[in-house]
Amino acid sequence: MAYSFPEEVLEYVFAFLSYDKDRNAVSLVCKSWYEIERCCRRRIFIGNCYAVSPQIVIRRFPEVRAVKIKGKPHFADFNLVPEGWGAYVYPWISAMARSYPWLEEIKLKRMVVTDESLELISKSFKNFKILVLSSCEGFTTDGLASIAANCRNLRELDLGESEVEDLSGHWLSHFPDNFTSLVSLNMSCLGSEVSFSALERLVLRCPNLRTLRLNRAVPVEKLPSLLRGAPKLVEFGTGAYSAEIQTDIFSNLVEAFSGCKQLKRLSGFWDAVPAYLPAMYCVCSRITSLNLSYATVQSPDLVELISQCPNLKCLWVLDHIEDAGLKVLSSYCKDLQELRVFPSDPYGAEPNVSLTEEGLVTVSAGCPKLQSVLYFCRQMSNAALITIARNRPNLIRFRLCIIDPQAPDYLTLDPLDTGFGAIVEHCKELRRLSLSGLLTDRVFEYIGTHAKKLEMLSIAFAGDSDLGLHHVLSGCESLRKLEIMDCPFGDKALLANAAKLETMRSLWMSSCSVSYGACKLLAQKMPKLNVEVIDERGHPDLRPETCPVEKLYIYRTVSGPRVDKPDFVWTMDEDAVLRLS
Amino acid sequence: MSPESETSGGLKTELTLGLPGDLQVQKSGIKRGFSEVVDLKLVNDSKAESQPPSTTQVVGWPPVRSYRKNLVKNCKYVKVAADGAPYLRKIDLEIHSSYQDLLTAMGDMFTCLTICNVLNERKLVDSANGEEYVPTYEDKDGDWMLVGDVPWKMFVESCKRMRLMKSSEAIGLGAAAPSTPSKGSSTSC
Repeated sequence: MAYSFPEEVLEYVFAFLSYDKDRNAVSLVCKSWYEIERCCRRRIFIGNCYAVSPQIVIRRFPEVRAVKIKGKPHFADFNLVPEGWGAYVYPWISAMARSYPWLEEIKLKRMVVTDESLELISKSFKNFKILVLSSCEGFTTDGLASIAANCRNLRELDLGESEVEDLSGHWLSHFPDNFTSLVSLNMSCLGSEVSFSALERLVLRCPNLRTLRLNRAVPVEKLPSLLRGAPKLVEFGTGAYSAEIQTDIFSNLVEAFSGCKQLKRLSGFWDAVPAYLPAMYCVCSRITSLNLSYATVQSPDLVELISQCPNLKCLWVLDHIEDAGLKVLSSYCKDLQELRVFPSDPYGAEPNVSLTEEGLVTVSAGCPKLQSVLYFCRQMSNAALITIARNRPNLIRFRLCIIDPQAPDYLTLDPLDTGFGAIVEHCKELRRLSLSGLLTDRVFEYIGTHAKKLEMLSIAFAGDSDLGLHHVLSGCESLRKLEIMDCPFGDKALLANAAKLETMRSLWMSSCSVSYGACKLLAQKMPKLNVEVIDERGHPDLRPETCPVEKLYIYRTVSGPRVDKPDFVWTMDEDAVLRLS
Repeated sequence: MSPESETSGGLKTELTLGLPGDLQVQKSGIKRGFSEVVDLKLVNDSKAESQPPSTTQVVGWPPVRSYRKNLVKNCKYVKVAADGAPYLRKIDLEIHSSYQDLLTAMGDMFTCLTICNVLNERKLVDSANGEEYVPTYEDKDGDWMLVGDVPWKMFVESCKRMRLMKSSEAIGLGAAAPSTPSKGSSTSC
């Protein structure tokens, strides 16, 4: 066959491929397809900022318009990664500033972002549109001021759950008067007040505003003017939802809410006062997503609200909802897909609310579309887990946190192995699982045997021996991320499954029993992994080789050992790797 | 040299039952064997009554993000600056129940300051030169106020941050009589 499609045609066809997987597959067909594909790829996702260098990315993909980069491991969310560990975005921004002048979109997760980086972004990309900083840190409101002042075409500014140093609320005033392109603003993580008049003016002059998530400091009496100024809002996050009860505030609020005919998602509600919840009733029938996870209102008030939301797909709520509230949820919200129940008093020794495994069982029975669960509770039984598994074989994400580490089945005092075993056996599409409670190696046997689609597994205070880890590493074919804390897993399973680690994005182990010697050995065996030991007791050489390391983070990479390590992180066998590369 | 007692940046690595606010327990890479944690749990159970409401926390467990802990658990950390101190501290106003309690906590936190009875009132005093420190705070409106005028709860609600001013600078804040520790005044520490 002498003919082939002209490049332009292939490029046109490839443009329809949005999934990275598909694009990656296409690029493996032949050299010319690789070349065509790489020149027209517009979006890249880097799941681990240390798996590849900016230079390598830029060399391969010269025409990128949107990047998404993730930095620290997930357990950083729970303070397990010491400060100064890394994940600095600056080298990426600086490299992209030179090579991607037309970059429009930057999405970052768990990265350290400085004001310098933000300023560089604001000045380097003339058509910059979207900035999403999810669980990031390292910047102040000054950095936000640069973005506001310089990004003339900004559409989306989403600060996620980032930690921002609040120097002043005046950053918002840096949006020029002729700036009108804003579509989405999420500043819910900011601590202090922004200038309300600047905010109001901004909202009023941006006709395409669809998402507005305010911070806690915006008082409830200011909400009506904002809602009236943005009647096309689809997503709205209130500030503190409390005030002295005044009828005019309430009626203004009702009127303002009723003007928002497209409102689908609500959040905020810090310090919510029950008396103000009914102001939202007029929009409840359209609501698909409700985040009440900051609202410390009691079950009856929650129930009253939830029972008005028949189209609810996603609910985040505190355990104040109790089993009774979840029962109401299960009978009114048949479209529910995602439920997250957070603990109101995670450190209390005794339960402060009447929320048990029953609530989750009821929801699993009543909500046929339920696929994603995050549930904090204080007691669980194998029977309940088995029931949940049988009710909901369509579960994709199941994260259960029984607050007391190693809590057994409260009815039988057995480990919860069979319960979680049922989950992985019945839920064949399960992609994410977090375990808790008393668990032996047996649960890992079940997981290794059944959880073939599992991509992410989180383990704490579980297992008896290396056999547990071995079951997971040898059995879970789709595993990408494994994070383990405080488990008696040591060297054997890790070394026996070394090759597996190259098929995964990363492995985190803290307070386990992996020895320094094994870490070195692993690094020798697997030169394409970075085996990083994190130890705040000083260099591991100061201790015997058999001494377990405090924390271990292993990830595959094509760019060798990283050069920005702090003094409590060591890459194993670094010299050898550098010699080879 | 016992490797176990190696410190890193001055942080201890032994497992301790520290009170909330004891940063060392929170920040250091705690060397904890599997069984040590189990023991910790059991100790917690038996001491549940005698410990303050927020007892020792194992780093990383339960897996709740810090902004969720703060927002829900009525926790109000404010910055405290003391004139002359090299860095600021943070204090959780919610765990104290009165001005006296707060004063004591600040005395503990700023080791160069002690609490003395000046004219039958408890005051913060520099232990080196006897200079009195006046606690002031910035309220929601951005004004700097003298600590102690309003009811405790109201203070907690409106306080954004604090500053321990040297009394020599606290001119105009009537109640803070700039007392020099002389033979005349009744000063007892």
